[in-house]
Amino acid sequence: MQSGLDFQPGPYIRRQDEYCQWLKGGFLNTFVVPNIGLFSLFLAFLVAIYAAVAAVFGVRQQNPKWIESGRAAMLLTFPLLSIACVALIFLLVTGRYEFKYVASVTSDTMPTYLRITSLWGGQAGSLLFWSWLMAAFTGAVGLRKWDRDREFLPWVILVTMGTLAFFLLLVVFIENPFARLWQSLDGSQIAAPFRPRGAVPLFPSDGIGLNPLLRHLGMIIHPPMLYLGFVSYVIPYAFAIAALATGRTDARWIKLTRRWSLVAWLFLSLGLILGGRWAYDVLGWGGYWGWDPVEIAALMPWLAGTAFLHSVMIQEKRGILKHWNMLLIILTYALVIFGTFLTRSGVLSSVHAFAQSAMGPLFLGFIGVTFISSVALLIHRWSDLKGENHLDSVISRESLFLLNNLLFMGILVICFWGVLFPLISELFTGQKVTVGPIFYKRATAPLWGGILLLMGIAPLSVYGRTSWQRLGSALWKPALAALIFEFILVVQGVRSIAALIGYGLAAFVAFVTLYEFWRGTKARRKRHKESFPTALWRMARRNRRRYGGYVIHLGIVLMAFGIIGIEMFQTETQATLAQGEQLTLGRYTMVFDSLSEWDTNEGRNVARAVVQIYREDKFLGELYPRRDFYYASQQSMTIPGVRSTLEDDFYVLLVGWEPIAAQGTTFKVYHNPLVNFIWMGGFVFILGTLVAAWPERESLPSRKRVSTRGALMRA
Amino acid sequence: MRDSFVRVFGLALVLIALVAAPAFAQDPEPSDDEVNRIAKQLYCPVCPNTPLDVCSTQACAQWRATIREQLELGWNEDQIRQYFVEQYGDRVLATPPARGINWLIYVLPPVVIIVGGLLLLRTIRSWIGTNNGRLVQEELLPEKDVYVNQLEDELRRRESG
Repeated sequence: MQSGLDFQPGPYIRRQDEYCQWLKGGFLNTFVVPNIGLFSLFLAFLVAIYAAVAAVFGVRQQNPKWIESGRAAMLLTFPLLSIACVALIFLLVTGRYEFKYVASVTSDTMPTYLRITSLWGGQAGSLLFWSWLMAAFTGAVGLRKWDRDREFLPWVILVTMGTLAFFLLLVVFIENPFARLWQSLDGSQIAAPFRPRGAVPLFPSDGIGLNPLLRHLGMIIHPPMLYLGFVSYVIPYAFAIAALATGRTDARWIKLTRRWSLVAWLFLSLGLILGGRWAYDVLGWGGYWGWDPVEIAALMPWLAGTAFLHSVMIQEKRGILKHWNMLLIILTYALVIFGTFLTRSGVLSSVHAFAQSAMGPLFLGFIGVTFISSVALLIHRWSDLKGENHLDSVISRESLFLLNNLLFMGILVICFWGVLFPLISELFTGQKVTVGPIFYKRATAPLWGGILLLMGIAPLSVYGRTSWQRLGSALWKPALAALIFEFILVVQGVRSIAALIGYGLAAFVAFVTLYEFWRGTKARRKRHKESFPTALWRMARRNRRRYGGYVIHLGIVLMAFGIIGIEMFQTETQATLAQGEQLTLGRYTMVFDSLSEWDTNEGRNVARAVVQIYREDKFLGELYPRRDFYYASQQSMTIPGVRSTLEDDFYVLLVGWEPIAAQGTTFKVYHNPLVNFIWMGGFVFILGTLVAAWPERESLPSRKRVSTRGALMRA
Repeated sequence: MRDSFVRVFGLALVLIALVAAPAFAQDPEPSDDEVNRIAKQLYCPVCPNTPLDVCSTQACAQWRATIREQLELGWNEDQIRQYFVEQYGDRVLATPPARGINWLIYVLPPVVIIVGGLLLLRTIRSWIGTNNGRLVQEELLPEKDVYVNQLEDELRRRESG
C-alpha cells in the first residue's frame, strides 16, 4: 500500500551518541529479535526451495527417502514462518519505527490489537502473512495419512512449495518487512535489511499509522478470510497437478480435496461478504459493492471456484467433464495468483506503476509459467481423461450444470476483460478509460438471472435424461407459487420489469428449494414414521452436501432479494442544513439537531452530528453520523449513522468534504430498501457451506468403503 | 485555462441574469441533488474508479462546483459531460465511448460467451451420440440414496471379499 519512502514521521534521532545510547537500552529488541525474524524468513525460503527440489529428485531417483526429506522440509516452513511473524508482531507492538514497515502501518496512538493486526495492514506484512497461512495449510496437508496416495505426495510438495517459494522470494528480496530505514550520503531515504555503504540509520520518533479506513473490524477480519480462501485453493490445484503428473486421473484427487475446495470457497465467500459489509459501514457511499478492480480481483477466483464446485459433482457421479474440471482448478489457481498480483503490484493505478518495482514482472512471469506448464500437462494427459458416460437427451442434469458453468465463465470473462481493458487501452493508445459499475451491471445482470433460473430447474432435473414433461410436473407447483408472489408484488405497486423478473426468479428458487426439503422430509416420514423436525434433521444429516447446497441456495435467494432491493430502489438526497432545519426522503424526515467537534488523544478530530429521524411524523430515534479526521495521515473517514430494519436502512452521512459547522452542515442521505437481506443471506450462505463441509461423523464406514474400492481398482 | 474562462464568463452571465431578473422567470440555484445526478455519471480523473459525487478530494469538490455553475448557466447534461470529456479525456466517462479500440470491450465478452455456448452444445450432442449400451442412472431421491448406497456397499464387499 505505502510503497514510496517519502514520509515524514516527525523528528529523527540521528546523532551518533544518541544512537549508541539507544542501542544499549534495546540491544535485544533492536538486533536480536528482528535478525531472528529475518533469518528464519530467509531460511524458510531456502527450505521451501529444498523441499520442492528434493521431492522432484526423489521421483526421478525413485528414492522415497528424498521425498520424505522433502516432506519434512515442507513441515518445517510453518514453524520458521511463525517465528518470522512473531518477530514482526513484536516489532509492531513495541513500535520499532526504524523498520520501514512498522513506521508505515503503526503509530504511537494505535492500540495494541491494531498493532498486531497491522501484520496484514500493508504490502510487506500481507505477503508474509499470506506465506505463513500457506505454510500452515501445506503443513496440514503434509501431516495427513499418505499411505494410499503416496504417488501424489512429491507433486503436491512441488506445487505447494513452489508457490510458497515464489511468495517468499517477494517477501525476502522485494518487500522485506524487516527492512530498516537508512539515509544515504546524498540525503535520500532507503529501506534495506542491512546497512548500505555509507548510510546512516534513521530512527523516526513516530510512525504514520494504519490507514484509518482499515481500522475497522470488518477490515481486520476480511483480509485473513480472503487469504485463507486464496491459499486453500492451492491445495486442490496441487492435487490436480499431482493427478496429471502421475497419470492417476480418476476422481481420486477430487475426493481427496473435496473438503479443501469447500473450505477455500467458504473463506473466499466470507471474505467477499465481510468486504461488502466493510464498504457499507466505512466507505461512505451508501453501497456495498462498487465493481472496483480490487473487489473483482477477489470475485474472479470465486467465480471459477463456484463453477468448479458444481462441475466436480458431475465428474464424481457420472465420470465426465474430467478435462473441464482440471482446466477449472488450473484457472482458479491462476486467478488466485492474478488477484494477488492485481492488488499487490500497483498495476491498477497505472500500467507504469507496474514497471517501478520488480514485483509486477515477477508475478506475471510466475502466472505465465505455472499456467502454461499446467495446461501443457493437461494436454499431455488429454486422452487419459476421456469421459466414461453418455447422455440420452439434451436436457439433463449434466447439461444444466454445464450451462451453469457457462454462465459463471461468462461473468468471469466480463470481469476479467473489464479489469484488463483499461490497462490494454493505456498501454496501446496511451488513453486511460474507466470501466465503471454500469458496465458490469448491464453485462452480468442477464447472466445472474440465468444462474437463478438454473438454481430453480437443475435440482429437479435427472442425470442422463430429463423429459420436458417430467421437468414440468416437478416444476409447476413452485412456478405457480412464484407467479402468485409476482402478482402480490404488482398489487403492492412494483412496476419495474427488471425488478419483477429478478424477484420472480428468486422466489422461484426459494419455492423449489423449500419444496425439495418438504418432499424429502415427507418421504422419510412415511418410511420411518418420524416427526417432521426429526425427519428433516436426519435427512439433511444423511446427505450433507445436497442439503447444505440447498441452504446455500436459500442464502443466495435472500441476498438476491437484498441486492435487487438496493440496486433498483435506492434513493438518495443531499442538502445543507442549519440547526433545526430538516430534509425529507421518501417517508422519512430528518431534523438536524446539533453538531459537536473535538480532538481525541489518539490524534484524531471528530465531528459528530445529532439528527432526529421521523417516519410519517412518528419519532424513530436519533442518529449520530460522524466524520473522523486523522492528523497523522491527513485522511478523513465518514462513519454513517444508520437506522436499520428488516425493511430498509436509513443511512445518513456527514459529507466530510463540505465545511462542517453548526450554521450549515451538508448531509447525504440514502434510503436502502431490503439491504439487510444481503447480510442475512450471507449468514445463511455461510451456514449452508458449513453444513456441506462439516466432517461426517460416520467417517469410519465411508473410509472402509473407499478403501475396498481402492483395493478393487488396484486388483 | 478554459475552465477559468468558463467560470468568469459564467459569473458574468449570472450577474447579467441577476440584473435582468425582473424580466425573466426566477431560475433557482441548482440543488445538490441535481449536481449529484450528473456528478454520479462522471469519474474522478485523479482517483481511479471513484464517481465524482462521492469523491472527497479538493479537485472533485471544485469539479462539482463547476457542474453547479454550468447548471446555473442552463447547460444540459450532455453539454456538461462533453465539457468534462474535452477537458480530461474519456476516462471521466463511466464506460468507454464505443469507438476505436474501445469496441473490443463491448464485443469480446458476448463473442466469447456465444462461442462457449456453441462449444457446450456440441459437447452435449457428442455425448448423446456415444451410447454404448450402459444403463442410465435415474435421479436418486434422498430416501433411495441410502438404500442404493447400502446395496452398492454390500455388492462391493462381496466383490472384494
